[in-house]
Amino acid sequence: MRTFAKGLTGLLGFFLLWEITVQAGVLPDYWVPPASEVATTFVELLGDREFLLGVIATLLAWLIALGVAVGIGVPAGLLLGSVPALQSASRALIEFLRPIPAVALIPLVMVTIGSGPDAKITLAVYAAVWPILFNTIYAFGEIDPVLLDSARATGANRRQALTWVALPHAAPFIFTGVRVAASIALIAVISVEYIAASEIGLGRYILEGGMNNGHLDQVMAGTVLAGLAGWAINSALVGSGRRLFRWADTEERATR
Amino acid sequence: MSTMLEVSGLTHQYGQGERAHVAVQDLTFTIEAGQLACIVGPSGCGKSTLLRCISGLIPATGGSVRLHGDEVSGVPDDLAVVFQDYGRSLFPWLTVAKNVEFPLRWQKVSKAERQRRAAEVLESVGLAGVGKKYPWQLSGGMQQRVSIARALVSRPALLLMDEPFASVDAQTRGELEDLTRRVQRDLGSTILLVTHDIDESVYLADRVLVLSKSPAAIVADLAIDLPTERDQIATRESEQFVSLRGEVARLLQSPQVQRTGENAPAETPAATTGTDDTTASDATAASETTAPAEATGAALSDGADTAEAADAAGSPDPTAASRS
Repeated sequence: MRTFAKGLTGLLGFFLLWEITVQAGVLPDYWVPPASEVATTFVELLGDREFLLGVIATLLAWLIALGVAVGIGVPAGLLLGSVPALQSASRALIEFLRPIPAVALIPLVMVTIGSGPDAKITLAVYAAVWPILFNTIYAFGEIDPVLLDSARATGANRRQALTWVALPHAAPFIFTGVRVAASIALIAVISVEYIAASEIGLGRYILEGGMNNGHLDQVMAGTVLAGLAGWAINSALVGSGRRLFRWADTEERATR
Repeated sequence: MSTMLEVSGLTHQYGQGERAHVAVQDLTFTIEAGQLACIVGPSGCGKSTLLRCISGLIPATGGSVRLHGDEVSGVPDDLAVVFQDYGRSLFPWLTVAKNVEFPLRWQKVSKAERQRRAAEVLESVGLAGVGKKYPWQLSGGMQQRVSIARALVSRPALLLMDEPFASVDAQTRGELEDLTRRVQRDLGSTILLVTHDIDESVYLADRVLVLSKSPAAIVADLAIDLPTERDQIATRESEQFVSLRGEVARLLQSPQVQRTGENAPAETPAATTGTDDTTASDATAASETTAPAEATGAALSDGADTAEAADAAGSPDPTAASRS
């Protein structure tokens, strides 16, 4: 809770600094609206049905994308992590695909899938699957042979040792991958929304505010909401990771 | 007395062709039911390979292992293993009780029965009431007690122990040695324990098998006719103990054992000086020869101190190795 409060102090400090620089005229207010104005718009928007529907659409797409990425990344990581031949066979392909940014695939996706919700979900899945996949592979490569021997010495067969020992052992590593993937998926969903001009969503809203009538306060309010959403998601995942995997301590390692 | 374990012509080699390394060669011995036998041999002589072959964790490349008459292929049901590294062999995400129950998961035992047996066996190793804790919240000695409890919970016919006390401090080691002798007598189990520590082998065993350097072969099979009731101080001072220890030490230094080691200095077991081994942790233990005298009285009340010591050593973190 204390680290949460400290994190909040930094955030409040940032908003304060923003307000002061704009009010003092360091930054022109037609360029960057002051934090207070953005905050007012932000509160107003929270009562705006259309805006809220857009946010829900974005979060829903994000959640589905993350779920699909977990559904693909974990089993694929399990397979690649436990079958060395498969891992070396797929290495070149993975190393080719991984550096391609999701945003670079937008034109391709727009042509093949269009710009509906499935387009943003597809690209978010693509972006989010890598950290999950790599952490899962890594977790299975890391497993201590003594731990597996201990399981086998109690009479567990291969499948039982995999389910009850290798999988729980890998869980904190996989979870760290999911946490990283969650942020990436949110970025991907919002980016696709405004680059591919989706019909609905937070990214669409930000784009509209900027394009149509130069409503910078709306643009900023949308951006702030995106930031807050990312921060809240990450904090929630860090918190539950700490509680779930008290024995492993991987969260601390991930931030190092 | 019936034969529990029958090892005949056991050979294991790693790799093939010219680079093949023969770890164990043509080893033959039997262990009677109810015996506590120690295998003692120089470091790296293939003791662990031998134990892994007997437990069915790895298939031997030659020869056979029979557990009460049945050929071992794969890990037998009524066999349990205690490893040296308790920090690496206990499951950190499970509580102590769940760790101990673990072997019963693969047997048709009801949940209530599993819990009852885990509590019972935890009590017999002196850990009543810690079932809800996690292994990493315990000291090293207590963690090794948990692995012993886990090994005993399925009432194995044969218990294999691979250097089980090599990672704990001298005082805890004494306590665990006595614990091992006590549970072995109470449960009537058969134990085969591998160690590089001459004193330990003589103190614990009914019988000591002396192994040669790699590839391991048996050079001597000694009956240890010390009284059944043993005491960390009195037994170790007794003339009989000293002469047996000397005998094992001489065997280990004999050219027969050292056959591949003539050119390798610093591998000579230092048993004649009263210390028994070459590792750093035991060197410190030996320099405190008076400590056990005060220690035995204190028995189990050292939980807090050793817990801190274990934390300082930092070993129980299962993910520590991955930090580099």
